[in-house]
Amino acid sequence: MTEPLIAVQHLGISFPNNQVFKDLDFNIEQGDFLTVIGENGVGKTTLIRALLGMIKPTAGQINYYPSKKAIKVGYVPQFRNLDQEYPLTIEDFVSLNLKGWRPWLSKAERQQVATALAVTNLKKIRQRPLGMVSGGEKQRAYLAQAIVQAPQLLILDESTASLDNEMKYELLNLVQNLNQTSNITVFFVTPDLPLAKQYAKHYLALKPGQQQFGALADMSVEQLKEVTNVNV
Amino acid sequence: MSMFSLVFMRNAYLAGTFIAIICGTIGVFVIARNLSFLTHTLSEIGFAGAAFGIFMGWTALSGMLIFTVISSVIVGQMSVKQSRREASISAISALFIGLGILFLSLSNQTSSYATSILFGSVIGIASADVIRVAVLSAVVLLVMLCLYRPLKFDSFDAIGARVSGLWTTAISVVFLVLVAMSVSVAAQIVGSLLIFILLTLPAAAARYFVHTVSKMIFLAIGFALVGVWLGLYLSYVTNLPVSFFIAAIECVFYFVALGYQRLHVGS
Repeated sequence: MTEPLIAVQHLGISFPNNQVFKDLDFNIEQGDFLTVIGENGVGKTTLIRALLGMIKPTAGQINYYPSKKAIKVGYVPQFRNLDQEYPLTIEDFVSLNLKGWRPWLSKAERQQVATALAVTNLKKIRQRPLGMVSGGEKQRAYLAQAIVQAPQLLILDESTASLDNEMKYELLNLVQNLNQTSNITVFFVTPDLPLAKQYAKHYLALKPGQQQFGALADMSVEQLKEVTNVNV
Repeated sequence: MSMFSLVFMRNAYLAGTFIAIICGTIGVFVIARNLSFLTHTLSEIGFAGAAFGIFMGWTALSGMLIFTVISSVIVGQMSVKQSRREASISAISALFIGLGILFLSLSNQTSSYATSILFGSVIGIASADVIRVAVLSAVVLLVMLCLYRPLKFDSFDAIGARVSGLWTTAISVVFLVLVAMSVSVAAQIVGSLLIFILLTLPAAAARYFVHTVSKMIFLAIGFALVGVWLGLYLSYVTNLPVSFFIAAIECVFYFVALGYQRLHVGS
């Protein structure tokens, strides 16, 4: 058994008049590729926000190992409204996520940006304005920005939703590569069951009022459909 | 006689240079954050503040600073919800223009004074004004430098910045205060009515030519400097208002940039 990075115990989250989860239990292990599947509106994004500490659980707890501060998180959010006139180059966009006080980038930071661009296959087009590139290239740029700080945990919130089939697999191949070669733990939220089945190691299936957590190897897409109510 | 042998022209060029530098810098973030309309409102609020300063017997700049800084913080708090922003800005704007007119009439100043607040004036700039402008510009630039990375992240990728745990509300408020200070400083030359020109057009034009934040800042400063320097010169030669020339020059930059973009995208 590998060490958990995050252990969620009896987690409950409620808003006034709406209980999103009750008694949610699962672990995110180090090096895991965990997929969270379920219908729209079942609370997948709420769960991410709880993991990030943006909302407080109403019951139970989330334990981080060794500590919440020590875990660097890269996050690719679901929506980003960057239009065609968005002016920054891919390279400058990726470097936005570098924290620090210097107005300019240090040599080490420039190297970090170069590495993130290389693993996401964006090196050739790094000088192109982000507003002018394709949807798949945009998603890769978002991924590059999320990994520029070399996070331990990478959270993808329905990042493939706007992509066609070919681009979906291209993006997830990159993510899988990061998971395998750099041992980045992946937390992948999606309603796309075949995609989840193909790439993830564990699954957390959410359905109003109940949930199921386990290894994906033992499940077929048909069985996943049953535990999530999602139509493929 | 050379233009620079006149003290007021030397002062105007010095103050104008500082103004161009902070407007170019702040402007890049004003455009990225879609705050052009708010900047316009702040200049109207600046007019009311200047009138209030005169009414109280202070300098116009002090009145402007007080009004713009306070109102920018209020607007920042009020417009957390994007949908409410435009309406709340309009309401505040109307209130402050009214106040400006009220204070001007109460202070028994001639209408020429109102004109110089609204449209700017080159002749009115004394050495003490230049020092005030320089100090305020230095403060704005220093805060900008300290905040550069988080401000850049929040302005160019608000969603990414929020999920990465930046204190985006605090950044917004500090930035609005910086805009308020820039508005007050720049109004000294171009006047409160046309101030938003220097805060928006150079930066809006720059983003079509270059595509990194630092390059946009340098190019926007360049556009603003050319506008201010050339505007002052043309105003000196023709004896026409400097704000007209600055507005015209910056508009030329902006329309050329739009044309360039169209050609570039079309090709």
